[in-house]
Amino acid sequence: MLTPMPLDLRMALARAECELYSNLVTRATGRAVRGQLESMLRDMPGQRLAVLDFTHVGVLDFSCADEIVAQLLLRFGAGLPAHAPAPQTPSYFMFRGLAEAHLEALEPVLERHGLALVAEAPDGSMQLVGMVEPEEHSVWQLVLLSGGGDVDAIASFADVRSIDLHEQLVALARRRLVIQTPAGFHPLRHH
Amino acid sequence: MTTILTVPPSLDDGTFESLLQPLAELEPDAKVLLDARHTRWSSPYGLIGLLTLAQARGNRPQFYPPEDPNTASYWARAGFFRHAEKLFELTRPVPKSRSGDSNFFLEITPIAQTEDVHSVVEHIRERSKAIMETLGFPPSSSLGFSVVMSESCQNIVEHAGGAGWVAVQTYDWQKRLGRRVVVIAVSDSGVGFRQSLGQTRAPSDRWDDAAALEAAVLRATSRFRDPGRGQGLAGIRKYMGKWDAKLTVRSGTARIGIIPKWDDDQPLVEHLPAFAGAQYQMIIPQAVPA
Repeated sequence: MLTPMPLDLRMALARAECELYSNLVTRATGRAVRGQLESMLRDMPGQRLAVLDFTHVGVLDFSCADEIVAQLLLRFGAGLPAHAPAPQTPSYFMFRGLAEAHLEALEPVLERHGLALVAEAPDGSMQLVGMVEPEEHSVWQLVLLSGGGDVDAIASFADVRSIDLHEQLVALARRRLVIQTPAGFHPLRHH
Repeated sequence: MTTILTVPPSLDDGTFESLLQPLAELEPDAKVLLDARHTRWSSPYGLIGLLTLAQARGNRPQFYPPEDPNTASYWARAGFFRHAEKLFELTRPVPKSRSGDSNFFLEITPIAQTEDVHSVVEHIRERSKAIMETLGFPPSSSLGFSVVMSESCQNIVEHAGGAGWVAVQTYDWQKRLGRRVVVIAVSDSGVGFRQSLGQTRAPSDRWDDAAALEAAVLRATSRFRDPGRGQGLAGIRKYMGKWDAKLTVRSGTARIGIIPKWDDDQPLVEHLPAFAGAQYQMIIPQAVPA
């Protein structure tokens, strides 16, 4: 089971010696903050579910969205092609506190890289942000509704064949949109 | 011999070109005197254009400040003389002003490093809420305004290879448009788009300033292979479209524009007098109620 570990963006800003600022702007700042986040992630043992909270972030520009969010997802395997070997200890990311203005910067950045992420709304509901095919979205919602489990358990929540579903779930796990464990596939929030 | 260039009575992005034509024909280290004695008004683009012009010269040009006391006082409050003193030989004393004295939305601010971009965003964030509301946009759009400022200023830090300037002012364009506008001007005397993008480009039939501007502004091309790069200008364009705003980018001998319906400017102008670096102007008009 994975315990969500908060990654404090303000602490990362402070450690990157940018503590005077509350805005995530400029590529240089984004690079420095990501470096700190990667260092925090390395201190987490095994499979990791990191929660990045943007609640206290004022301005997020395109450069920082790319350097922090997109590059973090890419470096931890979210953008790997299907034939590439998966990392042994994958990291998953959940995002909180994303305001409409943050999404305006984030969505085009994710789309440009072909990435997507899981965001938690203030009411606790989950949504996908970025580039997601309608079929992927349906399967992701199925995992969310079922609460996760093995493929047969998830398939029983809808009129789909387990054999078809398995491939789609693996693809979602490769994109870090669901968690894959020996017990099956799970939404990010329940672990 | 000193060449005298007369600064137009009204200095904006259009009339600024009249200064560049004779300048383009001079040797880089030729002596120049800019005569602004009869200038009565300047846009932010004009003021930072003058500073950029001085930056781009091999030696310090001389400068006759405006004779009209109101104009001189306004330029002082915009921060112009504070920076001009370091770049020009001023021919007479000018009004003094301290940083923060002006009613400029963002007075002329030098941009040389990442910290300068942060300072601009910090400064503008709170004030932009009020101005975007005045223009009829929701308060949340102020964050988009800050993103536009951040991305346009960091282009100087990331790509120009030298320092630049930014200034923002609001105007009541009753005669011209019947609405208020916010004008953002950003300028540098760096390498320009053609050289910046050309660094990693294979030789082709057509690679000039206009082609470089089209690649950067219309196709979000970057000198980096990483698909994450080049999104700043694409983002600025998106916001300009959302706010029905006008964007022009001048570099080298060309200028490209994203022109809204309320303006009749040309989307691409070529064969302009050569000028260093890149110059942006963004004009955001008051929203028209639906």
